[in-house]
Amino acid sequence: MAAPSRAPRDAQALRLVATFLRMGVQTELQYRANVVFSVLQSVVAVATSLAVLGLVFSHTDALGGWSGEELLVVMGVYVLMGGVIRSVIQPNMQQLMEDVQQGTLDFVLTKPADGQLLVSARRFELWQAIDVVLGAVLVAVAVVRLDRPVSVIEVLGFLTALVLGAVTIYSFWLLLTIGAFWIVRVDSLVELFDGMYQAGRWPVSVYPGWLRIGFTFLVPLAFAITVPAEALTGRASGWLLLGAAAFTVALSVLTRVLWRVGLRHYSGASA
Amino acid sequence: MTQVARAGERRRLTGLAGFYAVVMRTAVQTQFQYRTANYLYMVGMIAEPVIYLVVWSAVAEAQGGSVEGITAGEFAAYYIVWTLVRNMNIVFTPYGWEGRIRKGELSGMLVRPVHPIHYDLAYFAGWKFVVILLWVPIAAVLSLVFRPTFDVSALELLVFLVAIWGAYLIRSMLLWALGMVTFWTTRVSALYELYFTAELLLSGRLLPLALLPGWAMTIADWTPFQYTFGFPIEVLAGDLSTGELWTGLGLQAVWTAIGALLVAVVWRFGIRRYSAVGN
Repeated sequence: MAAPSRAPRDAQALRLVATFLRMGVQTELQYRANVVFSVLQSVVAVATSLAVLGLVFSHTDALGGWSGEELLVVMGVYVLMGGVIRSVIQPNMQQLMEDVQQGTLDFVLTKPADGQLLVSARRFELWQAIDVVLGAVLVAVAVVRLDRPVSVIEVLGFLTALVLGAVTIYSFWLLLTIGAFWIVRVDSLVELFDGMYQAGRWPVSVYPGWLRIGFTFLVPLAFAITVPAEALTGRASGWLLLGAAAFTVALSVLTRVLWRVGLRHYSGASA
Repeated sequence: MTQVARAGERRRLTGLAGFYAVVMRTAVQTQFQYRTANYLYMVGMIAEPVIYLVVWSAVAEAQGGSVEGITAGEFAAYYIVWTLVRNMNIVFTPYGWEGRIRKGELSGMLVRPVHPIHYDLAYFAGWKFVVILLWVPIAAVLSLVFRPTFDVSALELLVFLVAIWGAYLIRSMLLWALGMVTFWTTRVSALYELYFTAELLLSGRLLPLALLPGWAMTIADWTPFQYTFGFPIEVLAGDLSTGELWTGLGLQAVWTAIGALLVAVVWRFGIRRYSAVGN
């Protein structure tokens, strides 16, 4: 049988993702009462963050060279990216961990589509995406309050950096989860990541040298949160964005390779 | 074992003290088996205070060395002691009540001849000994990295050793009373969320209370939260006078009593609404 040419395969992949998305939304719409709690939870979390920001700036005018309004951009990106993680990335990765533990990954691997795509797009938690909206609102408010006008180029740079950041975080999460192929229990790593992610509330330049390096390359918070915020506040050069793109591509390729290697270690439940 | 020793063992096990001894010993043995999991969890928890510490150190630096008289070294001392106090503060979670009530886990506890709170108090107290042991290396590493300034007297150390258990008792009671709301409704997560947010801001967990605006400090003074976080931390890391040390301990005793009363009252009314399913 001849391999299908590239274009129809991509179209099929897109259709597949769209179908999963629709199924996810339909599932979540069954539990409409949850929306109240999700909204409340998000609002309390954002209000707390704002209170913290207010407290810090009642004692100083700038933090590591960032003004209060500029830090509001960072916080907006943090909330937004947190929404992406909790609505798409984390549910899928947790499902993958469970499947590896219980051997139910068999059902995914026997399907005639790319395995990595399938495990990454199966779940979608709609209500968690409220944070994406809230984060975007925070960023918008912060931009209006900034002293200087924001150019179209900067907005484009911001959106690019945001997409790159989301891909970076996704790759990082998948790398962690792939660890499940070797050491079956990786739940505590998830806890560890949740703790580390909180550090993204503040620009990585606030942290001392060794922590900054860690938050840039080990846990890529810098690329996911700080770089987009820098793009919007006029701190990012074209070179920085290019570097972020290179890092994202490198990490994605590494993840892809390790996914393949990991699959060979997967023995299934019944086999 | 001889007959006499057996009788002695039995006598030792009677009474509440014996109950506590056995449950605590079980907790130590159980949790020591899970030392790796315990450790990973504790290491994950370090992120929170380290973030606060870094931010306030940056603020202190921007303000020429100190904020409200607190230097970077004193912030480091505060948040390193924080890590121990936070671990002492981990008690039975109010979220656990849903399982206890919905799945009927409480039924088994009800047939025992002691109030169920004693089991939780004893179990988590035993666990603390494992936690304290595991905490020592973490504190050593944090101290090497962040260079805290400590000025501890013998009295302060003594008061601290009492105060961390006071904090443990107060938080146990308050969260037990809060968790029992589940007897009336299972839609509790929003309530808990608000409680924990108030605690975060007003307890000294997020920041030393001296950094709060005046009106918030007044509110904090009327809540029990600071006796579970801020007070024990400041005993060791801060500069409290002897009078303040004793007043603090006294108020911890008062809040423990209020907490116990609250638990007793809510339990009396709540347990009437409990009906177990199945066995």
